Amino acid sequence: MRETAVIVDRRPIHPGWLRATHWLNAVAVVILAMSGWRIYNASPFFGFRFADAITLGGWLGGAIQWHFAAMWLLAANGLAYLACNIGSARLLRKFFPLSPRAIVADLRAALRGRLPHEDPSRYNAVQRAAYLFVIADIALLVASGLVLWKSVQFPLLRELLGGYEAARRIHFLSMAALVAFVGIHLAMVALVPRTLLPMIRGR
Amino acid sequence: MTIRKSPRLPAIDAGAVVKEALLRIAQPSRRLFLRRSLTLGGLSLLTGCTIDDENGVERALMAVSRFNDRVQGWLFDPDRLAPTYPESMITRPFPFNAYYGEDQVPEVDESSYRLEVTGLVADRHAWTLAELGALPQADQVTRHICVEGWSAIGKWGGVSFANFLSRVGADTSARYVGFKCADDYYTSIDMATALHPQTLLTLTYDGRKLPPRYGFPMKLRMPTKLGYKNPKHIQAIFVTNTYPGGYWEDQGYNWFGGT
Ligand code: HEM
Repeated sequence: MRETAVIVDRRPIHPGWLRATHWLNAVAVVILAMSGWRIYNASPFFGFRFADAITLGGWLGGAIQWHFAAMWLLAANGLAYLACNIGSARLLRKFFPLSPRAIVADLRAALRGRLPHEDPSRYNAVQRAAYLFVIADIALLVASGLVLWKSVQFPLLRELLGGYEAARRIHFLSMAALVAFVGIHLAMVALVPRTLLPMIRGR
Repeated sequence: MTIRKSPRLPAIDAGAVVKEALLRIAQPSRRLFLRRSLTLGGLSLLTGCTIDDENGVERALMAVSRFNDRVQGWLFDPDRLAPTYPESMITRPFPFNAYYGEDQVPEVDESSYRLEVTGLVADRHAWTLAELGALPQADQVTRHICVEGWSAIGKWGGVSFANFLSRVGADTSARYVGFKCADDYYTSIDMATALHPQTLLTLTYDGRKLPPRYGFPMKLRMPTKLGYKNPKHIQAIFVTNTYPGGYWEDQGYNWFGGT
């Protein structure tokens, strides 16, 4: 009998750098969102406040300290993620090709419960779109955050975003979009819990 | 605070601002109380561990805040100007904000007032308002950005602070300029910002003598720093190499507070 080499792919589904940056990012996002809500409460521009119980920092000064510490983690970690992802061409491999038609088709299939999840190393079109969206959204959060933090020192960015007050709204709305993503993301992981283990141990 | 629909001219409800200010006083003192009670609780071994954790986190956050001071010092461009606006964009009424309510604004007597100038300066004579008014005056319409997030546009006039520092022979290689105020407020700034062309020792607001609620007799206006870095009712200015801290800064607000 001829020996058939069964090539066992020993590469992890999610490489170590991805798992590390993913979980560090989750920590940073939680700290930034909760402390950010406390900062928003100091001068809310929409007709509501966040309940103190779900905020971080205890008072405005404490919330700002958390926010301006976690922002470094988010930015440094995000840059590391992008560098590894683009440098290894994983970004291209994992997230492309991507077409609106494929997103619609996969969304339909998902809603009818007919989206296959056999191969956890492949993202379907909805996952691709959602992950690319949240990467862009975090980039917008960082850009508008820079304008809020140093509006005088970053004039180009400030004018691009329509000035200090506009940047405040952009920062808030991109936070809201991020929180919506996290909500859906967690619901999806709960629906397909098989995906969780590879994100922790690699396979 | 108030719900503001118009991003350009936020009308700020005075009552709400006072409420927020009172809240902000209440919170740090509550924290102090908490810390004191935790020290008492430290007698019990059970809570001993929480105290250490809490102080450890606070120390780490403070260390990051010092790091952020350095980053801001490095980002600060002495020649980069904050945007200026047409007078039609001035926020009316310009919001009052302090760590106390508007009914507690200090009354400073104009005739007996003297501005003390001490520390690393050649000329330590105390200035009268008339003397300050006789120096070359400049004005600016700039955006005041509060640490709470809101912003408002106002018009301030007065003496270029760089010009004033050179008149009193200040050692501009010193690290800090500190301020003590009639409302017991105090703060300090870096020398680079003190010498910035838009840093003004202001005597007027919107073309009129600075009213008490905006800091009579004098407010240091820096559009390159957040509101709490802009002291009002200034009584004494000193140039020093010893870190002077500040009212809010000592409670945890970032010291550089740049925009
Ligand atoms: C603690 C809460 C979280 C859990 C349990 C979790 C879980 C997961 C899992 C299991 C995957 C793999 C998905 C798959 O195989 O289809 C994943 C991927 C991903 N998650 Fe999360 N996640 C969390 C928080 C977050 C947060 C806060 C963000 C960002 C705002 C985020 C962004 C992403 C992105 C962008 C990917 C794709 C990464 C890539 O492949 O390059 N996650 N997450």
